[in-house]
Amino acid sequence: MTEDIAPVRNGWDLGIRDILGMAWRNLVHIVRTPQLLVFSSIQPIMFVLLFRYVFGGAIKTPGGDYVDYLLPGIFVQTALFGGASTAVGLSEDLKQGIVDRFRALPMARSAVLAGRTIADLCRNVIVVLLMVAVGLLVGFRFHGSFVADIGAMGLVLLFGYTFSWVFAAVALAVRDPETAQLAGFLPIFPLVFASSAFVPVQTMPTWLRDFANVQPVSVTIDAVRALVTGAPVGHWLWQSFVWIAAILVVFVSIAISRYRTV
Amino acid sequence: MYAKDAIGERCAIGTTDEITVEGIGKRFGSTIALDDVHLTVPRGTVFGLLGPNGAGKTTLVRILTTLLRPDHGRAVVAGYDVVHDAAQLRSVIGLAGQYAAVDETLTGRENLKLVARLYHLPRREWGPRAEAVLERFSLTDAADRPVRTYSGGMRRRLDLGASLVGRPRVLILDEPTTGLDPRTRMELWVYVEDLVRDGVTVLLTTQYLEEAERLAARMAVLDQGKVIAEGTANELKDRLGGAVLEVAVADPKDLERARELLVGVGSGAPSIDPARNTVSVAAHQDAQVVLDAAARLLQGEVPLQDIALRRPSLDDVFLALTGNRTAVEPAAAQGPKRWGRRSS
Ligand SMILES: Nc1ncnc2c1ncn2[C@@H]1O[C@H](COP(=O)(O)OP(=O)(O)OP(=O)(O)O)[C@@H](O)[C@H]1O
Ligand SMILES: [Mg+2]
Repeated sequence: MTEDIAPVRNGWDLGIRDILGMAWRNLVHIVRTPQLLVFSSIQPIMFVLLFRYVFGGAIKTPGGDYVDYLLPGIFVQTALFGGASTAVGLSEDLKQGIVDRFRALPMARSAVLAGRTIADLCRNVIVVLLMVAVGLLVGFRFHGSFVADIGAMGLVLLFGYTFSWVFAAVALAVRDPETAQLAGFLPIFPLVFASSAFVPVQTMPTWLRDFANVQPVSVTIDAVRALVTGAPVGHWLWQSFVWIAAILVVFVSIAISRYRTV
Repeated sequence: MYAKDAIGERCAIGTTDEITVEGIGKRFGSTIALDDVHLTVPRGTVFGLLGPNGAGKTTLVRILTTLLRPDHGRAVVAGYDVVHDAAQLRSVIGLAGQYAAVDETLTGRENLKLVARLYHLPRREWGPRAEAVLERFSLTDAADRPVRTYSGGMRRRLDLGASLVGRPRVLILDEPTTGLDPRTRMELWVYVEDLVRDGVTVLLTTQYLEEAERLAARMAVLDQGKVIAEGTANELKDRLGGAVLEVAVADPKDLERARELLVGVGSGAPSIDPARNTVSVAAHQDAQVVLDAAARLLQGEVPLQDIALRRPSLDDVFLALTGNRTAVEPAAAQGPKRWGRRSS
């Protein structure tokens, strides 16, 4: 054997550089297709207008304005749906065969997935900020302490990031972009609508209420809502963290092990 | 800089095998894509992998580039086992897959710089490496346009370029010239020859026999996952007994009848090439064969245009080995000969 042409260096710094390289590539995509960003913001804006002005009058929320009840739900929903772009982007890459190029390069194996989810997180920051602006326009106000408010938005983004991995695992399983998006939304829809996002769970039948009270979307929305309205956040925050940790552990490992075999 | 030292050393060592494939097998469900494949490729040579559609060429390429694990068997590339040393292997190989794998939204230059970055080259190298490749493949003018606006051939060139950014020791090309115009194809051949002169080992799959004959010192023919022949072009041709009897009929309607009449003449089964209006059969270099054939056709009242014994082409070899004739398609008239099993 002759000397290696390129010395093989495996290390954390290289892994992180690969992730940054991939994230850069995906961010360029986001910046160069601004129309996608615009259209993915329209849907949550419609939800705000719909619930604020059409259904809002008929929904009774305990203590406080409905708009302050609604917007935390909208933030979380927006971040969650934003995770779908991970499914679309990843399955596009798989379909176009560029993932084969990446997998034959000496880069960290996790960089394709991590770079993708991180870029989608950046994208979610923009969309969620936009939703905050829209919220402020329709009368929503932050009532928590500065730290609590920032923490709430951090929780929203972390939750969206967590679901990016769910969408990544789905995309790697089904491979086709359209199917990936549809399949990814299957579990998301019941989680978002059978939750405390738009209406208080008290009006739901008992069996549904029991589900709505413990599922990840509800507890996260309740935690965010408590933080931004300045109410005691109670058990919701740690329940939300438990869900986030559990979902990350399960879906990061599913996604990475599936990625090895595509 | 590493590359030069390594090449010097490599030349000093002489001929060792850069790619060794031992008993590789791979199946997908009930399809046996590769069945006990053995191959060796000496360092600094071009090896051609030929075979009809579905023969298993891409599967072997994917195994050698660590994209796929073999079910059994062992393969060593540049001294690294494709399964156990996959991570190290990836830093010394370049792959251009069967379908262009480039980013549509990035520009050509950005694509190449990204690849340089993922090879862990120092940042100051990214630009010059990209520039050199762009120049080599005449993409300088289009360098700063998104790849989405590239023509198929430009995309293909960029893809090939991307496989060279890391200055690989072993280059693996899966049908590299499919979709290139004749001029670009020729340029690529010259480029591959340059690389080989520098000590790079190249394994390429191709359906163009002309390409294999021109570039590859040795070649193997895969069919249904098995290596059915291996050697130099001349060795393969010699397997046919040295000659081919070819009969051109005056009227295409007589082709089938001529084929029937020629059964038993020569040493193989006669076959029809409708594109050229001929029936051919492997034979020994012996004028008696021509007389025999002529007598039979005369008796069968088949008017002839031409009858001759000639040196077999690679195409004849494949025909004899796999029972498949060169794909007959209009494009064949312009480009080099394509060979493959027609799916339709
Ligand atoms: N991922 C897969 N799943 C199932 N079958 C597969 C898969 N990949 C390849 N095959 C099968 O394995 C066989 C060999 O395929 P392969 O792609 O290696 O052929 P090939 O020689 O490259 O053909 P072509 O000239 O058409 O590119 C084919 O029968 C193919 O259908
Ligand atoms: Mg193939």
